[in-house]
Amino acid sequence: MVNTSVDLCGIRLDNPVIPASGTFGYGYEFAEYYDINILGTFSFKGTTPEARFGNPTPRIAECPGGMLNAVGLQNPGVEKVIAEELPKLRRVFHKPVMANISGFSVEDYVTSAARLDKEDCVGWLEINISCPNVHGGGMSFGTDPGAAAEVTRAVKAVTHKPVIVKLTPNVTDIVSIARACEEAGADGLSLINTLLGMRIDLRTRRPLLANTTGGLSGPAVFPVALRMVWQVSHAVHIPVVGLGGITTARDVLEMMMAGASAVEVGTANLISPTACRDIILDLPRVMKEYGIESLEELK
Amino acid sequence: MTQTILTITDNCLLAPGVFRMRLAGLRPEEVKPGQFVEVRVPGTFLRRPISVCDAEDGVLTLIYKAVGDGTRILAGMRPGETLDVLAGLGNGYDLTRAGTAPVLVGGGVGIPPLYYLAKELLRAEVTPRVLLGFNRSDEIFYEDEFAALGAAVTVVTLDGSAGEKGFVTEHLPADLTCFYACGPLPMLKALCRATDRPGQLSLEERMGCGFGACMGCSIQTAEGPKRVCKEGPVFEREVLGW
Repeated sequence: MVNTSVDLCGIRLDNPVIPASGTFGYGYEFAEYYDINILGTFSFKGTTPEARFGNPTPRIAECPGGMLNAVGLQNPGVEKVIAEELPKLRRVFHKPVMANISGFSVEDYVTSAARLDKEDCVGWLEINISCPNVHGGGMSFGTDPGAAAEVTRAVKAVTHKPVIVKLTPNVTDIVSIARACEEAGADGLSLINTLLGMRIDLRTRRPLLANTTGGLSGPAVFPVALRMVWQVSHAVHIPVVGLGGITTARDVLEMMMAGASAVEVGTANLISPTACRDIILDLPRVMKEYGIESLEELK
Repeated sequence: MTQTILTITDNCLLAPGVFRMRLAGLRPEEVKPGQFVEVRVPGTFLRRPISVCDAEDGVLTLIYKAVGDGTRILAGMRPGETLDVLAGLGNGYDLTRAGTAPVLVGGGVGIPPLYYLAKELLRAEVTPRVLLGFNRSDEIFYEDEFAALGAAVTVVTLDGSAGEKGFVTEHLPADLTCFYACGPLPMLKALCRATDRPGQLSLEERMGCGFGACMGCSIQTAEGPKRVCKEGPVFEREVLGW
């Protein structure tokens, strides 16, 4: 029997597979397809203090090996998430869940973090300072080491739960951002969020996305994610959650060999609703194939 | 909703660029009129949402227009090849609101879901009248199939090359109790301007997943944000504020 369990900031996961925020809703859509308690955990849809509709449509475009999205953090706001979504989530998922938080100011992050800190079902807070699809917030915190550290410090001050800061790849030097978050008290890091991209419709000669630009995800970004996880995990002493284009159990192992303590799977969920379950069921077989008895030996 | 592998039994041209694909192997789970499927097309990344034209005896019928990369690949597929399909997506039409004289209004490739709807209405012993709108006579498909069901069919073409001339909105019967529609956005909006009767409209939007996870297809409605793939694709006109 191989051992697929891993530790993430002091909480044990049965396996390292975590559906990524924004691709898994609040879990219950997927519970129609399979028992989602097979998951390590999952990161629920990015939450802001106030409700947000997000960007106009089209919000989705396709490219070889991936897709672009410019959803723009649509969510019902933290109070509604707690009152309406988390009860539904708890009915279908019985493990600690990762709460993904986004914002447009330090206060926004603090507000949501303080509220979600009180929810027993929340195991970790994932602080998204990397959304490329909103203006005046999101990624602007993730592209400057000082701003990234400020958000991290402010959130840490209002929660006892582990804080994982989600980083953007759209920077010159991701290691400097990662180190700034670590020094500010982050318990872990997750990377990468999507890469900024765009497509143009040949017929209309206009951008395909109403937002003009969007975030690229899917297998196309996997090598970029892997490289950045390698760089960051060799530069910090806190756990790194690796994500970006993971589609198979082999991708999971590769990402963990690059230094990830756990992985998130995003876009694959949109193509096959059972993607994460299929990866988890396949993981022991692929571990055996490569002579891996425990995932923790890869660290 | 179910994920299933279906086998193509038939894939033929109905009108220029418009194809009908039949697939065998659909499980007996309910696929309701107005729902759609998401088809994984070999060689493309995202699935393609396609409305259900018919589902009977384990056979799924889809009608699609080859307009982009995905649908062009679909058009080249042959009987015996298989497709990975997510079935039973979206809400579908509400048949309980049909009343005694429902009218089904379809425009172009918006017509297919109305076929399954007409069939189910007739099964419930309600005879719908059907208005099919096309630009020109050579685009016409499924006129005979609707008639064979026992529905009263009126074809309307923009240039008058077949059937009635003009827009479908100019040929709405005065005594309709309710309308069910699918077609281009301008047609749907014009319909709502042309009649004050209750109506259900099937919308189209570019989708990511098709089952409510990615929020890629959200629209603003009178009742707040709705996902076309999950709370839709069929919306009551009041919900849209039309």
